[in-house]
Amino acid sequence: MKRPTLLPKLLLPLLALACCATAQAAGDRLLNVSYDPTRELYKQVDAAFAAQWKQKTGQDVRVTTSNGGSGKQSRAVLDGLEADVVTLALAWDIDALADHGLLPKAWQSRLPDNSTPYTSSVVFLVRKGNPKHIRDWPDLIRDDVQVITPNPKTSGGARWNFLAAWGWAARQNGGSADKARAYVSQLYQHVPVLDTGARGATNTFVQRGIGDVLIAWENEALLSRQEAGADKFDIVVPSLTILTEPPVAVVDKLVDKHGTRQLAEAYLKFLYAPEGQELAAKNFYRPRLPAVAAKYAAQFPPVKTFTLAEQFGDWRKAQTTYFADGGVYDQISEGR
Amino acid sequence: MRNRALPGFGLSLGVTLAWLGGIVLLPLAALAWKSASLGPATWWAQVSTRRVLHALSLSFGGALAAAVIDMLLGLLLAWVLVRHRFPLRRLCDALVDLPFALPTAVAGIALTALYAPEGWIGRWLQPLGVQVAYTRLGVLLAMVFVGLPFVVRTLQPVLESLEREPEEAALTLGAGPWQRFRRVLLPMLAPTLLTGFALALARAVGEYGSVIYISGNLPMRTEIVPLLIVQKLDSGGDTGPAAVLGAVMLAASLLVLLAVNALQRWNRRWTEAG
Amino acid sequence: MEAVLARPVYRRRSLASRLVRGLLTGVAVLCAALLLLLPLLVVFAEGLAHGWAVFVAAITDPDARTAVKLTLLVAAIAVPANMLFGLAAAWLMTHFEFRGKSLLGALIDLPFAVSPVVAGLVYVLTYGVHGWFGGWLDAHGLRVIFAVPGVVLATVFVAFPFVARELIPLMQSRGSEEEVAARTLGAGGWQIFFRVTLPRIRWALLYGVLLCSARSMGEFGAVSVVSGHLPGLTNTLPLQVDQVYNGGSGDAVASAFALASLLALLTLVTLVIKRLVEWRHGGELARAAARH
Repeated sequence: MKRPTLLPKLLLPLLALACCATAQAAGDRLLNVSYDPTRELYKQVDAAFAAQWKQKTGQDVRVTTSNGGSGKQSRAVLDGLEADVVTLALAWDIDALADHGLLPKAWQSRLPDNSTPYTSSVVFLVRKGNPKHIRDWPDLIRDDVQVITPNPKTSGGARWNFLAAWGWAARQNGGSADKARAYVSQLYQHVPVLDTGARGATNTFVQRGIGDVLIAWENEALLSRQEAGADKFDIVVPSLTILTEPPVAVVDKLVDKHGTRQLAEAYLKFLYAPEGQELAAKNFYRPRLPAVAAKYAAQFPPVKTFTLAEQFGDWRKAQTTYFADGGVYDQISEGR
Repeated sequence: MRNRALPGFGLSLGVTLAWLGGIVLLPLAALAWKSASLGPATWWAQVSTRRVLHALSLSFGGALAAAVIDMLLGLLLAWVLVRHRFPLRRLCDALVDLPFALPTAVAGIALTALYAPEGWIGRWLQPLGVQVAYTRLGVLLAMVFVGLPFVVRTLQPVLESLEREPEEAALTLGAGPWQRFRRVLLPMLAPTLLTGFALALARAVGEYGSVIYISGNLPMRTEIVPLLIVQKLDSGGDTGPAAVLGAVMLAASLLVLLAVNALQRWNRRWTEAG
Repeated sequence: MEAVLARPVYRRRSLASRLVRGLLTGVAVLCAALLLLLPLLVVFAEGLAHGWAVFVAAITDPDARTAVKLTLLVAAIAVPANMLFGLAAAWLMTHFEFRGKSLLGALIDLPFAVSPVVAGLVYVLTYGVHGWFGGWLDAHGLRVIFAVPGVVLATVFVAFPFVARELIPLMQSRGSEEEVAARTLGAGGWQIFFRVTLPRIRWALLYGVLLCSARSMGEFGAVSVVSGHLPGLTNTLPLQVDQVYNGGSGDAVASAFALASLLALLTLVTLVIKRLVEWRHGGELARAAARH
């Protein structure tokens, strides 16, 4: 009655099962690694693109979008997440991939408008009737105001928020880097919860009722107001803010590995085409295409913006100065 | 010196070592190797920033405080559950296992829902000027929650098996209840109590899921070390900084584990001598 | 004898002592209710806060369903694997004497003491792209981190000691006499295990498997570090709860609590079975616990 081989017999298939579950992306699958508040946009884009691709080529494709903090997502791709395309909150998160050879360093010049098919800006979402009378950036550092914005170390959207505040302070009459730094460090002392992602911050403000003002992207603010009902929140546009330009790119090394280059490039082109631009506008991103922009002009309030290039040069510089380990944000948060 | 009367030594040793080696030791060695390869300068640069120091002091200080509270609360609960008979005792007893069995993420969002300013409990604390969610108090609360069963469950069997003679002798000698507790019971329970304390401490120091929702994650205020590790991993670039903090946490867990082992040996000697 | 004599002494309580007893009990019950019961109740209450429609929509969402499936798959691998390990380790630790035995015992407990985040981190450093085996795995087209195997490995790690922890004290207290007797009667190793050992430890084994399953299905920290959070691919149920809570749209909070209530139900089932086992076979387990 000896059964000495029973244990290995049971163990081996289990281990084999564990190892074989490594489903490899095939040629008809596309993974878009994106950041948090594009969830609704890409759900629609994925479905529309798959339908169009089927119509054009007869091939069934499965497009999946993964959402998370922009920096975290970039990190995941670096660590081996098999992204065919990345649609992240800021160019630095794609630069980091280029630094590791996943795509060419000049990736941003491959598509129109610096590879940013849609834009947004940084605005304020306040509770209905604006009970704290928040009109512009200086109001955010009043004693009675609590500000919700996510953690710039983990959220790309939050970095744009940071730079919007900084840029506003620096561009005032008599503004300077010192004054901007003083303003921003005061601003972050008014933040009671530092969520890891932009959508988390929105949920903290909208659903958990914390804070007096949410610093949010215009698309996120418009979407929140639409979902919660216009009787709950107001949008306040500050006197000056940053134009946010979230970029998109094909990850060359991975699409070549998966054999999905053609599909991936078509997917990004779709974002620039009228149909993709309409979807962006319906999800409150400002489209680049003039015709679509004109059609949806009514839903967007007038905003006076500066660009990242005008104030900070490029993302690589902004990242190393403000958000790298030991950078300005770290100094500010340690200076509490 | 193994017992040769029974078969299966080779097989069980093989399976145990292979599994232990592959699942636990190999990955831990990868962490030790990675953090050792970084050099003292990197270590110092990583560990000496004010933010990391603050997170370390919150994680360890908070866990110590939580373990002390767990010890007191756990002693009370275990005592009442073992020595008193009251309605709902069984339910209370079963509830003690809840923090064990409830997934940490669920515990985290549930505690946040309770103690947020608009929450079930938070709305009563708000007028009193006490804010739990998104403060250090919230971190402490979550740590107390996850550590509590360790103290109760280590104490209960010992309390049950404790002979009552010494206590009763003290009673006949006219000792008051407090004296009886302090002079007779506490010395007998000390090793077990400390074991429970150490287990609760180990759990609280490393806890992630139940803390991150209620803490608000503010640097220099409510940021714990495990969250910092996750952030350093997520923020791209090198895994070195995360490995340094991970090694610190691992060293701390090893120390606690050694302490628990020493305590259990002490305990065994105590019970055998007594 | 002594106990019978002693009891009347003990029962002679003054009013003050009864008051203290009542107070202690009251405080303990209040603590249990506030600290332990409320978090469980609030999960169901918040899950249903926006009505059944939101609740049902949340748990029937395709991503939620794949998360449930993945959670079950992971548990179906991690639990039997750790059960076999626990049996082997318990057999080894209780029937044989060898050098380094106490060290081995301590190592088995190690995953209990390690932070879940560190548990995830070590797997990233081992199997991640820049980790020890990252290059080799990549060259062979295998994915561990940000794929299901990583989730399985991290889960196995955190649920590692549960079965062994339950079995070792029990088997220690029972000794090996019966096994040795069976051996002298000519029984083979597997025969001894299945006929002599297993029937005596089955409740402790069930108990250990129960704790192991609860931990496997509920693990968050370790899995969150290695999974990559791909909805519909590598999100387990706890990760899906987190993602909906932090990143969902619409009734995100209520939906997250609806998903969380599935996990809370699982917790309740675990606790009830655990109670039943303890109640029916309390002697077997209590003796094990006393040696802890």
